Amino acid sequence: MPFNVVEDASTGSDSDYSSTWISWFLSSKGNEYFCEVDEDFILDRFNLTGLNNEVANYSQALDLITDSLDEDIQDELRGSLDVQARLLYGLIHARWIVTARGLQKMLEKYKRADFGRCPRVLCASQPLLPVGLTDIPYEKSVKLYCGRCEDLYSPKSSRHGSIDGAYFGTTFPHLLFLVYPTLLPSKDPETSMHVTGKETNTLGDSRNRRRLREEPEAVTEGGGEGISTASVAMKAERYRPRIYGFQINEIAKLQRWQEAVRDRQIARLEALEEKNP
Amino acid sequence: MSSRQASVSDPRPPEDEEHIDGAGEGDEVMEEVEMQEEGYTSSTPTSTLTWISWFCSLPGHEYFCEVTEDFIEDDFNLTGLNTMVPFWKEAMEMVLDVEPEDEDTSKIPDVSIVESSAEMLYGLVHQRYILTRAGLQAMVSQVSFSTTSSVPFHIHVHFFYLDGTSANPLNFPSQLLFYQQAEKYESGVFGSCPRVYCVGCNVVPCGRVDIPGNDTVKLYCPNCNDIYVPPSSRFQGVDGAFFGTTFPHLFFQTYREWAPAPFWKALTTGGSPLSPRSPGTQPAPRQPTFVNPNQHGGQKRAAGYVYVPRIYGFKVSERAKSGPRMQWVRLRPESPEELDMVDWRGRWINEEDEYDDDEEEEEEDRQMEDFDPVGFV
Repeated sequence: MPFNVVEDASTGSDSDYSSTWISWFLSSKGNEYFCEVDEDFILDRFNLTGLNNEVANYSQALDLITDSLDEDIQDELRGSLDVQARLLYGLIHARWIVTARGLQKMLEKYKRADFGRCPRVLCASQPLLPVGLTDIPYEKSVKLYCGRCEDLYSPKSSRHGSIDGAYFGTTFPHLLFLVYPTLLPSKDPETSMHVTGKETNTLGDSRNRRRLREEPEAVTEGGGEGISTASVAMKAERYRPRIYGFQINEIAKLQRWQEAVRDRQIARLEALEEKNP
Repeated sequence: MSSRQASVSDPRPPEDEEHIDGAGEGDEVMEEVEMQEEGYTSSTPTSTLTWISWFCSLPGHEYFCEVTEDFIEDDFNLTGLNTMVPFWKEAMEMVLDVEPEDEDTSKIPDVSIVESSAEMLYGLVHQRYILTRAGLQAMVSQVSFSTTSSVPFHIHVHFFYLDGTSANPLNFPSQLLFYQQAEKYESGVFGSCPRVYCVGCNVVPCGRVDIPGNDTVKLYCPNCNDIYVPPSSRFQGVDGAFFGTTFPHLFFQTYREWAPAPFWKALTTGGSPLSPRSPGTQPAPRQPTFVNPNQHGGQKRAAGYVYVPRIYGFKVSERAKSGPRMQWVRLRPESPEELDMVDWRGRWINEEDEYDDDEEEEEEDRQMEDFDPVGFV
């Protein structure tokens, strides 16, 4: 295709030969969070319902993504078209990653820890998943969700910190764990999904150990029926601030309250499990 | 849309983000610098630069403050350290820039051994120094909490430290040095909490153990009471014991106005959680001044939002296997009185009265509900 020849010449520094716009986009720096959207998904107009209102020059942007853009337009429109094509690809991406195949592709990236690892020390470098705070473009940048502490973190690098969160959507990580419950990370900081050679944890809280009920679920895909997650929170360890070895009144009090809230939730969930085993 | 304006911007203060990112991005570059510095180590630092200020200016040593020489010279402050540091005398001489008295260097096999001893010595003294009044003050001056007092002092000197090469604070009068360090913190030397709903709360360095050689330096966030791995890999060579387990907490005990209170109530204004209420520090003018009835407690309004996972706009139920299990870690009660409803063993007082399933659920809903008015559209 003539267009690609031009594209390659203009980005001559790229070492890897990019055959399509999508693979060029995915290989450019800062786009590491994105996965490849299948061409059939893009070509099915049903999947793109409503996006023509979000993207200016929608049809040309779509042509650019699918490498079917006419040669002659490209000079005058190129700059703005590229922006629109990225927006369009991002919005399609948000829809794609909540499909079965999209989830699988993101799962591979998750297993490679392409989205980075949780900065929380007691999460033992748990791989993260991208998430948006809103599904509307141009509002919030992408955040990273940790399945272990169930909290959100900002990406370390500004390259990723400037990606629109709507390109991943608010649903994705939660749907992933809903679909693959066996992949739910253990809350125990000593078990790490990936071999990372972590230092042993010295902040062990013996109170938590006492109430452990279940061993960390072996990560076997597909067999997620029997697992119970009612009391997993007991395994989670937490940092306890200390001055010369002594806990601090106000913080310790807050932590006791938080743990009482946790225990109440566990009691609630266990009662529920007994009712409907 | 203009009313939404507030929610559009990112929660973290742009300056902070830039600096942290700068640190993250610059990793490779910084490491190269470090390599050069490493080779440099063997030669004595130039005459205008003391060993201490040279040490504190090395890449990866941005968290250190300069320990005063009289603190090191007072033997009482060093009690017990001589058993932990080999080549004690030589290390002391190096740290204090004292010319060796006798030229008998034959018993020292390699100058690099003395250097690592000096580093260990300085680190251990540093751990003690930052717990003193002067040391806390020195670290405070690195911690700007963007309150009014530090605002006039935004002199543009932080790059001195960030490039790690040209810092020579001793050329400046000590007053100026103080302001430099204030700027140093503000420019993100300690950085801010990576957790989104801590809204850029400033963090301080800490260790997980006080014995050297166990773990690297971590960052403590007073808002979520949790510890984080520094964003840049150049801190992975810095021993956490050189900051110690006590420092962050003594720090926030000493400066209560910067410690977030343990309770939190959503503002009724219905603003988005990420509206830039500034980096969680200054209350916006319309808010009443924040007071913690416990005068020994944290005196800053906390950033208390807790993330609620949603699928297609619906909250994930806790009844789902993948439902939320960890929100308690970040949760705060709405009022300080609620904290007293749990006894010292961590049990609810008057469980029967309190524990009412429906009420509880309703309560939690209320607490978490109104913070994402944007939701799913």
